[in-house]
Amino acid sequence: MPWDRNQMAARAAQELEDGMYVNLGIGIPTLVANYVGDKDITLQSENGMLGMGPFPFEGEEDADLINAGKQTITELSRTSYFDSATSFAMIRGGKIAAAVLGAMEVDEEGDLANWMIPGVLVKGMGGAMDLVAGVRRVIVVMDHTNKHGKSKLLKKCTLPLTGKKVVNRIITNLGVLDVVDGGLKIIEIAEGVTEDEIRTATEANIVN
Amino acid sequence: MKKVYANASEALDGVISDGMMIAAGGFGLCGIPELLLEAIKDSGAQNLTFASNNAGVDDFGIGILLQTKQVKKMISSYVGENAEFMRQYLSGELELEFNPQGTLAERMRAGGAGIPGFYTKTGVGTVIAEGKEHKDFNGETYILEEGIFADLAIVKAWKADDTGNLIFRKTARNFNVPAATCGKICIAEVEEIVPRGSLDPDAIHLPGIYVHRIIQGTHEKRIEQRTTRKKEEA
Repeated sequence: MPWDRNQMAARAAQELEDGMYVNLGIGIPTLVANYVGDKDITLQSENGMLGMGPFPFEGEEDADLINAGKQTITELSRTSYFDSATSFAMIRGGKIAAAVLGAMEVDEEGDLANWMIPGVLVKGMGGAMDLVAGVRRVIVVMDHTNKHGKSKLLKKCTLPLTGKKVVNRIITNLGVLDVVDGGLKIIEIAEGVTEDEIRTATEANIVN
Repeated sequence: MKKVYANASEALDGVISDGMMIAAGGFGLCGIPELLLEAIKDSGAQNLTFASNNAGVDDFGIGILLQTKQVKKMISSYVGENAEFMRQYLSGELELEFNPQGTLAERMRAGGAGIPGFYTKTGVGTVIAEGKEHKDFNGETYILEEGIFADLAIVKAWKADDTGNLIFRKTARNFNVPAATCGKICIAEVEEIVPRGSLDPDAIHLPGIYVHRIIQGTHEKRIEQRTTRKKEEA
């Protein structure tokens, strides 16, 4: 059985180590916070916060306290606030250990596309380009294939890029792959999935 | 010099004009200078360029100036929540320059710090890098981005003293600090103006040197995505 969203998030959470400062993207990456367990992880929200807490209880929402997805959130005892220039200075400056992001396409060079589909309304890249260029380790969490069954792990991205040679590790519903010299390397296969299934669902070159 | 004005319209008097480049604070609808935006709408100023991370929603924030077609160009990182924005953009009535969010923040910070340009890795190898100078440092490629020097900055803070020292609250600080610094003139709207001496000098987020006019007002502070969790039953 391929992993479901929560299993993918749980697998991504294993990537995070005690003491890390981490930025989680929107979608499945947000779920990663539910699986960090006892590890001492500090979540960054790029609109100006370290130490992001869970959603508030009903009636305790604060308009001045939101995450990068504009959702109401809460603070923790470790929380600090800062302005947007400072926030991206720590991102650009390599202070954030890892970013977990969704993607539309990743290729065997580690190029990432996740902000724009030509011909479809463009909303903007937000902080995605800054994150992939600046954080020390970029972990992509996404389905292995799109809704038409086509591979999202390509030889060459077809969509406009968010960053070039930026992805380190890809966690999909089928397994875990690393971007290495010459292509992608299978690191782990989801229980019940075969290596052949991963290879068939991957357009990118797989190196042994 | 007196910095405190009675309301947003008075604070804009003699400052706002057609064709201005305005840097606005806020992220989404959080920490936006909602009273000044309303007053800019009432001023009727035309052909405005806004450097602002977002463009508000249809009936709040910069969105209200889109409804009245007072905006010529937006410099933003994300404009997703605004139908009128999309309509004007697709019909060619509105210019749009996408900046990566951190690049936009740094362009404002640089402008305010007298730095006309800086090199960044953000956007290298993407459409953002097209037409920009590339330069290698220590074996890595960077692109040149320019500082933003705005005619006017409008920001929202939590508290000010009458000398313009500002304190922000939680994530409402966001773009307000860099935006404030890059304007030739900065107007701040705040929830409370307190007497000088009542703010801790060690806790000032933005020194009054950057702030030229201040108004106090009542803010709607709209929430864009109200997200909550249930209290677990005991």
